[in-house]
Amino acid sequence: MAAFKETTFPVDAPAAEKAVGWIDDRFPLTKLWNDQWGAYYAPKNLNFWYIFGILATLILVMQIVTGIFLTMHYKPDANLAFGSVEYIMREVPWGWLVRYMHSTGASAFFIVIYLHMTRALIYGSYRKPRELLWLFGFAIFLALMAEAFFGYLLPWGQMSYWGAQVIVNLFGAIPLIGPDLSLWIRGDYVVSDATLNRFFAFHVIAIPLVILGLVAAHLIALHEVGSNNPDGIEVKDTLGPDGHPLDAVPSHPYYTFHDLFGVSVFLLIFSAVVFFAPEMGGYFLEYNNFIPADSLKTPLHIAPTWYFTPFYSVLRAITADFMYVLMAVVAAYVVFVFLKSRLAFKTKAIIAVVGLLMIIGMLPAILDAKFWGVMLFGASVMILAAMPWLDHSPVKSIRYRPTWHKYVYALFALSFVTLGYLGTQAPSPVGGVVSQVCTLIYFSFFLLMPWWSTMGRFKPVPQRVTFHPH
Amino acid sequence: MSNEKLVDPGRRGLMVATCAAGGVVGLATAGALVSTFQPSERAKAAGAPVEVDISDVAPGTMKVVEWRGNPVWILRRTPEMMASLANNDSKVADPLSDKFYQIEVPAYAKNETRSRAEHKEVLVVVGICSHLGCSPSSRFAEGAQPSLPNDWNGGFLCPCHGSTFDLAARVFKNKPAPTNLDVPPYMYLSDTRIVIGKDEKGEA
Repeated sequence: MAAFKETTFPVDAPAAEKAVGWIDDRFPLTKLWNDQWGAYYAPKNLNFWYIFGILATLILVMQIVTGIFLTMHYKPDANLAFGSVEYIMREVPWGWLVRYMHSTGASAFFIVIYLHMTRALIYGSYRKPRELLWLFGFAIFLALMAEAFFGYLLPWGQMSYWGAQVIVNLFGAIPLIGPDLSLWIRGDYVVSDATLNRFFAFHVIAIPLVILGLVAAHLIALHEVGSNNPDGIEVKDTLGPDGHPLDAVPSHPYYTFHDLFGVSVFLLIFSAVVFFAPEMGGYFLEYNNFIPADSLKTPLHIAPTWYFTPFYSVLRAITADFMYVLMAVVAAYVVFVFLKSRLAFKTKAIIAVVGLLMIIGMLPAILDAKFWGVMLFGASVMILAAMPWLDHSPVKSIRYRPTWHKYVYALFALSFVTLGYLGTQAPSPVGGVVSQVCTLIYFSFFLLMPWWSTMGRFKPVPQRVTFHPH
Repeated sequence: MSNEKLVDPGRRGLMVATCAAGGVVGLATAGALVSTFQPSERAKAAGAPVEVDISDVAPGTMKVVEWRGNPVWILRRTPEMMASLANNDSKVADPLSDKFYQIEVPAYAKNETRSRAEHKEVLVVVGICSHLGCSPSSRFAEGAQPSLPNDWNGGFLCPCHGSTFDLAARVFKNKPAPTNLDVPPYMYLSDTRIVIGKDEKGEA
């Protein structure tokens, strides 16, 4: 540690320069700015797909600010909650705008995050050395789902109530401890005032704190390893005489203004939705939620908000008949791993034992379909975390992968969207079969990735990024 | 400088003991915080039995009352409805309610009609689906309808995940719900009054 030394400035130096100097002697303000943004060198070939990170940050700030003002009028009490939301909508000056910004912001957050994740998927942004960056991002996604779920109970409408009832009961499917766990989460024998109060605490303080911490970790990790780019090559491998990557530019001013343009376009679309279609035909705000919670009557059609429906469809797809298909699939996968993988024999043996236990557990007499539905529902989210270790492709970006890989991604995207659509619809026999097929495609994409990602003719990856000055 | 090699075992021991003691306090505090999540004494006390007048429940109609925050259905079945039950015995997953139930099935409900012998036509069940806790809706009309099989002869449909139940609230096979709807303990105070949450064996 060097001794403290006050920086001296000429007498006629500007006051602002002196002030920053005074601060820098006591707190690394300029250093932080330069490390995190000002002199952070980002690849110059970043395209449209790279706007969603900054948009997610913007929405996070917007949700926190609007949330604070909503909290000033909202009452977390089972008898008053529904009325207080209507009070915000009808009687608080401009309350409707703050509330619609918050509710539209929730859906916008998920749209932006899903696109942000798609970007990572197609350009291989989760690959080494960005595994932790991906895991932090994945944790933010989980926290965001929790935040959205807790927040959805607060208006205390029919959808709020029965949505919470179904999700809390998911934990009841865990053998032995399940029912007590559900009871512990609710704090009552039914979803009630106690549940509403604790969900409020989670929504307004606990989860936001976690999200802020994770976002900080995500950004620090990003600025440590550097941004990936659409070519999936490391710009740090080609340094210029000034020690900075030749193919990168400082974020300020280049990406500051680039991103401001993207933010403007986003706000244009966002405002249009807030002012003209805040309910988005029942997708952003479900109509049944305009009816106060009634513990004696479930609405005739209940579905989670759109951003949960792909995973919810997986849950619904698991029926007693489908268990036999799953048993066959697990058996086939274990055989496949044994024949085709280069894993150590010990690892293979562990996989075989786990597979065998799963098959036994899937017998109707052991664990019912409800349990496996909940397990696969959880697995469909958690499997995303394994991406950095499932993808063995020699190149990162889709640009240099075999063309048919694009069809694999397209099929995966199609099955994800189909699951999402079916999750918003009432259960039907045809929809059930389609969602079962899509569930199999969804999991195959990930579980077979170690093989298919290495197959085919890869295109040569250039040394320098593809960039056309304009 | 190699200060780190000169460890004083006495002080190191004290440090470990201090950390251990601090850890115990931390765990105990966490335990107290986790415990606050359990149902409060007030919530536990709010489960008293409910008395219901069923004289206004005409054959073929249903009354919903609240017991422990949950809906309890009281359905007076017509003779045709009663006749449909025997046809369902082979189609339902647990015809005589022998599986494990959250609320132990009272002995008087372990039969095809799932009701007490003195009033076989009156069905009393907790209207909460055993899958994920939605409240099924009544679909008493017979015949083909959306989301229902073509040979439907009356019952209940859960709107959440499509489980179907017959008119004795028995779940049909190969549905997401693993078990029949729960039958609460109940008994007749007179021909027109029942009490839910209590029977000859005492309060639930």
